[in-house]
Amino acid sequence: MSLILLFSLGFIIEKAVLIIALFALTLGVAAYSTYGERKIAAFFQDRLGPSNAGPWGLLQPLADGVKMFTKEDFVPNQSERWLYILAPGAFIFVALMASAVIPWGTTLTLGGLNWNLQVTDVNIGILYVVGLASLGVYGIMLGGWASNNKFSLYGAIRASSQMISYELAMGLSIIAIVMLSGSLSLKTIVDQQAGMWNVVYQPLGFILFLTCALAECNRAPFDMAECETELIGGYHTEYSAMKLGFFLFAEYINMFISCTVISCLYFGGYHFPGLDPNWLGGLMGPIILLSKSFFFIFVFMWIRWTLPRFRYDQLMHLGWKSLIPLAIVNMMLTGAGILFFGK
Amino acid sequence: MVLPIFLTLAAISILTALLMVLSKNPVHSVLYLILTFFAIAGQYILLNAQFLAVVHIIVYAGAIMVLFLFVLMLLNLSKETEPQKSAMWKLSGGIAAGMLLVTLVGALRGGIEVTIPENASGKVGLVENLGMVLFTDFVVPFEIAGILFLAAMVGAVLVGKRDLQV
Repeated sequence: MSLILLFSLGFIIEKAVLIIALFALTLGVAAYSTYGERKIAAFFQDRLGPSNAGPWGLLQPLADGVKMFTKEDFVPNQSERWLYILAPGAFIFVALMASAVIPWGTTLTLGGLNWNLQVTDVNIGILYVVGLASLGVYGIMLGGWASNNKFSLYGAIRASSQMISYELAMGLSIIAIVMLSGSLSLKTIVDQQAGMWNVVYQPLGFILFLTCALAECNRAPFDMAECETELIGGYHTEYSAMKLGFFLFAEYINMFISCTVISCLYFGGYHFPGLDPNWLGGLMGPIILLSKSFFFIFVFMWIRWTLPRFRYDQLMHLGWKSLIPLAIVNMMLTGAGILFFGK
Repeated sequence: MVLPIFLTLAAISILTALLMVLSKNPVHSVLYLILTFFAIAGQYILLNAQFLAVVHIIVYAGAIMVLFLFVLMLLNLSKETEPQKSAMWKLSGGIAAGMLLVTLVGALRGGIEVTIPENASGKVGLVENLGMVLFTDFVVPFEIAGILFLAAMVGAVLVGKRDLQV
């Protein structure tokens, strides 16, 4: 399947257009998430937020981009130069790869052609996402280590131990979903939720997954890797200009992808009661999925500006002594449910 | 079409494995080893074993190597702190490893008939078939391996505890 590379030209063009469109979408959503984050933070703190750049401050992400590109690009003298440069690139590269297996919709009819709105439906889609999530930490670790700064190193070490701890609970809650659907393909998992969303069968699993996703994205209350009150800037203390921009941007991309994966696993993906994803020539599917993931992005921001940060030992305690046992219980309950009640 | 990809991946894996052994800085060694794992995962995909490939990445590159890096960073091992072996040690190590290589090549040469699965139709490596084989034909070795892992985990926790009260 992956090997006979006798693809027709049309196939290559179709996939290339889709990949470029997805990149543009992901980067655009990430850019406007920074704007959304500031506006929502301002709302929670009874401020106005960005308001000068363009109407309602809508051009703020553009202004940020100009700032990032024109600032001094600084490389510390004692750093591991190549790894220091590689780290932000590796981080954003891994973050951008996950969108390939997400089913954004059914089939889009545009200009007389049918576009399949999923770049590739590999039969291990969800494992691919988990694998990328576990590779994401390398950017942080390399950046923190190569900077040759003790605060960066602390940030990197914290990030890696946090990732390892929360990945386990995340994987275990995904196993319960896989048991329900009997497939590792995200497309199959989404299509099985046309009648009833998985969150109905997996309320505990959803809460576990949401918590772990917050931790994997390094979002508050789990942003130990970069908590500014203890570690200056954490792993990106020594970074400036667009290298810092890559790190910050990749975090917003991770958040968008996590929210989309949550929508696909627990909230029916592109299905919504009363709405057919094939409406508007297939455009309804992506609209439904994106609305769901924007809602979860809002929830992530809501949590960030409401909850205080955990202490580091509390974080580890929560991960190992609460989330993992709960995830195992959830898995057993799911197994028992399938055994006694069928699906 | 498959052969050039195989040769490229094989060359990458051998090259990065050599760099892993030869580089002086432990962190660089770990990074080269990660590249080796990626090349091997590519070989699994060539055999249409996507599940094995992705589990290989998750377990080795995503978890074990992260722990390696974690420990290296925590202990702050680097080129300066790494003890340098004398030339005699290096020579004897090289000879020992070379003899092992000769033995392995001699043992494997011509002994095993390898049939390369047909790629497009081969569904051997897909997760359904793998699960069926593991839980029917190989269920006893599989369970024994699981118990061994559990024992190793419990043992590691016991060794790690300092004030042991038995």
